[in-house]
Amino acid sequence: MKAARAALPISMLLSGCGGIQSALDPQGHSAILLRDLILVIVAICSLVWLAVMIVLVWALLRRRDREPGDGQGSDRGMRIWVSGAVAATVLIISGLTIGSFYTTRGLNGAKNPDVTIRVRAQQWWWQFIYEDTDPARNFQTANELHIPVGKEVRVRLESVDVIHSFWVPSLAGKLDLIPGRENVLTFRAERSGVYRGQCAEFCGLQHSHMAFFIIAESEESYRQWAGAQRQSGAEPVEAETSAGKAVFAARQCAACHTIRGTAAAGTTGPDLTHIGSRRTIAAGLLENTRGSLAAWIADPQTLKPGNNMPIVPLSSDELRQLSAYMESLK
Amino acid sequence: MLPAVSNKSFGLFFSAGFLLAALTGAIGLGWLREPRQYRTDPPISAALEGFRLMPNAIGGAPPEVYFALGKPYEGTAYDLSQGKRLYSWFGCASCHGEGEGGAGPAFLDGWWLYGPSMVSIVASIRDGRPHDMPAFRDKMTIDQIWQLAGYVKSIGAYSAKLTAPSRNDAPQTRPAENRAPAAILFNEGSASVHPDQGPSP
Repeated sequence: MKAARAALPISMLLSGCGGIQSALDPQGHSAILLRDLILVIVAICSLVWLAVMIVLVWALLRRRDREPGDGQGSDRGMRIWVSGAVAATVLIISGLTIGSFYTTRGLNGAKNPDVTIRVRAQQWWWQFIYEDTDPARNFQTANELHIPVGKEVRVRLESVDVIHSFWVPSLAGKLDLIPGRENVLTFRAERSGVYRGQCAEFCGLQHSHMAFFIIAESEESYRQWAGAQRQSGAEPVEAETSAGKAVFAARQCAACHTIRGTAAAGTTGPDLTHIGSRRTIAAGLLENTRGSLAAWIADPQTLKPGNNMPIVPLSSDELRQLSAYMESLK
Repeated sequence: MLPAVSNKSFGLFFSAGFLLAALTGAIGLGWLREPRQYRTDPPISAALEGFRLMPNAIGGAPPEVYFALGKPYEGTAYDLSQGKRLYSWFGCASCHGEGEGGAGPAFLDGWWLYGPSMVSIVASIRDGRPHDMPAFRDKMTIDQIWQLAGYVKSIGAYSAKLTAPSRNDAPQTRPAENRAPAAILFNEGSASVHPDQGPSP
């Protein structure tokens, strides 16, 4: 029992070394390069530190047999030691600089990406626009990025309001999104899986609730997903969901949100065409269930104070219909 | 009689007192920080809907709750900032520009077609007006409409305000909202703009 209690802080510390959001458990090309670089730097610096400490302890403990300033021999020995240390310092620092330079250059290697995604960060969610050579095939999603595993993915990073930062510790980053300019990052997932990303530049009140998920999957399931996302929003079949669609169109929802295939074409809030297919809502704040959708629509300002979605006054029936409709938009 | 205080301990007392005063001042300033109201309670929203408008739809009385809240939408920086965001999100600039007008009337000329009161501006946004001002009743919630109205009013202000919304990223075409953008035009008089309405505003 005691041992278990003592081990708890250690296991909590180590839990940061794995999982879906960890720079120490990299699953992407750039993150692996960065992990290797930092391991080499830490190892060499530890060796240097150890050597310095050993020499220091030796200098403190050694016996002073001889009188100071006696003999030429110790002066020559000192000269050799100092020149050796200076040479080692120059070699190590230039070596690390060169290593760092080549690693950084390797991060953005690919010239021709397989997928290009425009990322528009805003307070406090991520807009992902998948670009195609044919603009009619463009589609967008929010807070959830699907990418084919082993392929080069280029993200064009823009900001709508303040500076944000794109960071998926297991795969790539971080790189800032700066209003008025475009930063470009290319990365590749080596293994399929779900990875969590997070805004890494303080951007206001809900900065900590500005997460997103990257789903790296096989080429085939990626194509399937992209094909499904290009479709218009699912047409409601049940009475409840079609009532929800009517509520969505009649109330304030449609002024800020788009559902392709309907009249709703607002661009201020996230595109909801396939919101039912996403894992989370409100930028990783809540798991996507019908209950959490209803809770979010009923009172977004209590769940995520300061976000830009207002409380739209709805009756309980309207709320139920609306959340059923949202859930049905797979 | 008080014991004489030596020079040295006077210095000590003075420094301690100064530090204490500075600390109290800092804490006090933090305490005075303007609170932000992110969530408008549904009953308050419902009450904000209930302003009374004159029969000619110009001017009227704001709801009691607006005064009870301390007239937030004209004065707090957060509400003005949100109003400024709403101004761009809902495309106001496509007719009114940055306040200089265009297809719609200007806010900078010191002349309010329906009067300068908040109630008139809120009514204009909510219900629309003749000559193509659309109604935003179904597009915005009532507290958003009040926020936007407060911002629009600040564009047409002709005396400087203490509170300001966020800055523009694009180059300014007029003085910032807290620097009385309408003052220049207002001082000149808007006779040339509205000759039919009299010599001066």
